[in-house]
Amino acid sequence: MFSAMLGEAWHAMGANRLRTFLTMLGMVIGVGAVVLMMAIGQGAEASVKRSISAMGSHLFVVLSGPPRMGGARTATGNAPSLNVRDANAIVELYGVVGVAPVTMGKGQVVYASNNWNTDIIGTTAEYMDIRGWGLSAGYPFSTSDTRSATRVALLGKTVVQNLFGEEDDVDPIGKTIRINQRPFVVLGVLDSKGQTLDGRDQDDTIIVPLTTAQRKLFGNQLPGTVRQIMVQAESDNVMSMVEDALNSLLNQRHNIREGADSDFSVRNLTAIANSAAETARTMSLLLGAIASVSLLVGGIGIMNIMLVSVTERTREIGIRMAIGARERDILMQFLLEAIMISIVGCLIGIAIGVTGAVLVSVFTQAEVIVSSASVLIAFSVAASIGVFFGFYPARKAARLNPIEALRYQ
Amino acid sequence: MQQSVIEVNHLYKAYQTAAGDFPVLKDVNLQVLSGDYVAIMGPSGSGKSTFMNILGCLDMPTAGSYVLDGYAVATMAADQVAKVRNQTIGFVFQGFNLLARASLLDNVALPLVYAGVSKEARHARASLLLEKVGLSKHMHSHPNQISGGQQQRVAIARALVNQPRLILADEPTGNLDSTTSEEIMAIFDGLNQEGITIVLVTHETDIAEHAKRQVRFLDGRIVQDTGAVASTEIGHDHV
Repeated sequence: MFSAMLGEAWHAMGANRLRTFLTMLGMVIGVGAVVLMMAIGQGAEASVKRSISAMGSHLFVVLSGPPRMGGARTATGNAPSLNVRDANAIVELYGVVGVAPVTMGKGQVVYASNNWNTDIIGTTAEYMDIRGWGLSAGYPFSTSDTRSATRVALLGKTVVQNLFGEEDDVDPIGKTIRINQRPFVVLGVLDSKGQTLDGRDQDDTIIVPLTTAQRKLFGNQLPGTVRQIMVQAESDNVMSMVEDALNSLLNQRHNIREGADSDFSVRNLTAIANSAAETARTMSLLLGAIASVSLLVGGIGIMNIMLVSVTERTREIGIRMAIGARERDILMQFLLEAIMISIVGCLIGIAIGVTGAVLVSVFTQAEVIVSSASVLIAFSVAASIGVFFGFYPARKAARLNPIEALRYQ
Repeated sequence: MQQSVIEVNHLYKAYQTAAGDFPVLKDVNLQVLSGDYVAIMGPSGSGKSTFMNILGCLDMPTAGSYVLDGYAVATMAADQVAKVRNQTIGFVFQGFNLLARASLLDNVALPLVYAGVSKEARHARASLLLEKVGLSKHMHSHPNQISGGQQQRVAIARALVNQPRLILADEPTGNLDSTTSEEIMAIFDGLNQEGITIVLVTHETDIAEHAKRQVRFLDGRIVQDTGAVASTEIGHDHV
């Protein structure tokens, strides 16, 4: 009996193809939009999350400056107000698990006939741990390299590609390159980290020992000064405590009176990244919510057409009742029709949404993720919309008085 | 003693209109025995169609009792009434009332769907009945591809498909020419000979003459009954 009803519902759908198609279109667009939007939203979320884990977790960066020079303020990081001794003092703070003083600049790098201009980061061996940055080949430099200012370097992937060519036929490890005309031995190649949230290429970098950078690359600013200090806290829970401790320690060390401007600033990188992730999640939710509205509109479209259909087929309902259809048979018939329209519409919508997501990823290079959960959600929502919006018209049909239905012209 | 298929006592039916209640049936009493062949006649507005709808369980009386095949219809639940329409009664309408979208086979088989019969059995039984009314060649045609007379035969086949005890026909020849009418009436005559009780409404005397018994309605009452069953002849033991 059920299969007979399914057949009839299928038949009824085919009876007025244009109308069925238009009704379905609401569902198709709604489901397609939900699937596509969720794919884009989840893709954005995933790429933000990856950027965050690439940056390292529970991170602060202490920047030097801003100094006051005759009333004009220069950008943070320009005045050498932080030094290695500050870094050594920060290590002693409770809740701090890693500290890496960093100085940086630009350098012209040469190998054979290739040359490249890139960012040079001078830091200690701990930097790699704090950033959670590994090597894809070779070895990191050690504390003794930092102490004796040896001329060794770790190259980012982009730098390797530009100096040694795209092909892997030259192994950069052990080769001597020139940075600002000074020879450096390549110790290792850094793992690829991809782009930062703002699109900067993190692989376009060379890491050298801090002392080497200070003494042999960037000349002498003030001995021992650094541009910034990376600080890693033990966990999320101690982040605010560590931030306060950093401020008071450095204020004290730099003899800053209470109420006066600091000559450094502490930034919570994790908080910034988390807010970016939060933004991505909110976007994703918002997109989903907007798309759901079109599902709702699609459902109302189905209800509308089912009401028209019940009115049009009043006589048919009367005939069916006269030959023995029960109320629930009529209810089922119209409910099945509504559900079938929404499910077929939903399947087409999923196909279109997935295709759309693939096209978006091909044409914009943006990451999209079509999760089975989003497809399942769209499907079940569509099916329940079919039941919900199909029920009222179906019940209206089932409650018809047979004699009035038969008389209907 | 013959069993009575229809037993109607003191039946009233009034429609509610803005101007107040409008009585259509006033104290109708009728007994139809199994195997009877009754023609109900009367002018338009005499209440015969309303009476027919009540007999067919499509409409409910305002007052009075209707016992069909031993069961009081008023006490039945909606699903039971549906079952009665499906299995005890076969209804034939003036306007045929076939489903335009379905094939003749599916039209005839439709009551079996509601009886919960399997697809194979449905088709077997429906094609048998289409053969009986002489339309097996048109099994897969649609109602709009055949003549009115043929459509009425399909409707009769549909009415018969669940082997009902009672056929109710409301002006079955009203939309047909006289030759076709005779063909249709011949089918009813044959069915009655097979033992099926038939009640039909008509306003044509020559059609009514096919029946064994003529009942005439006027202004909501039975004014003439050629074969009234004396109440003493009716046993009530089966109720």
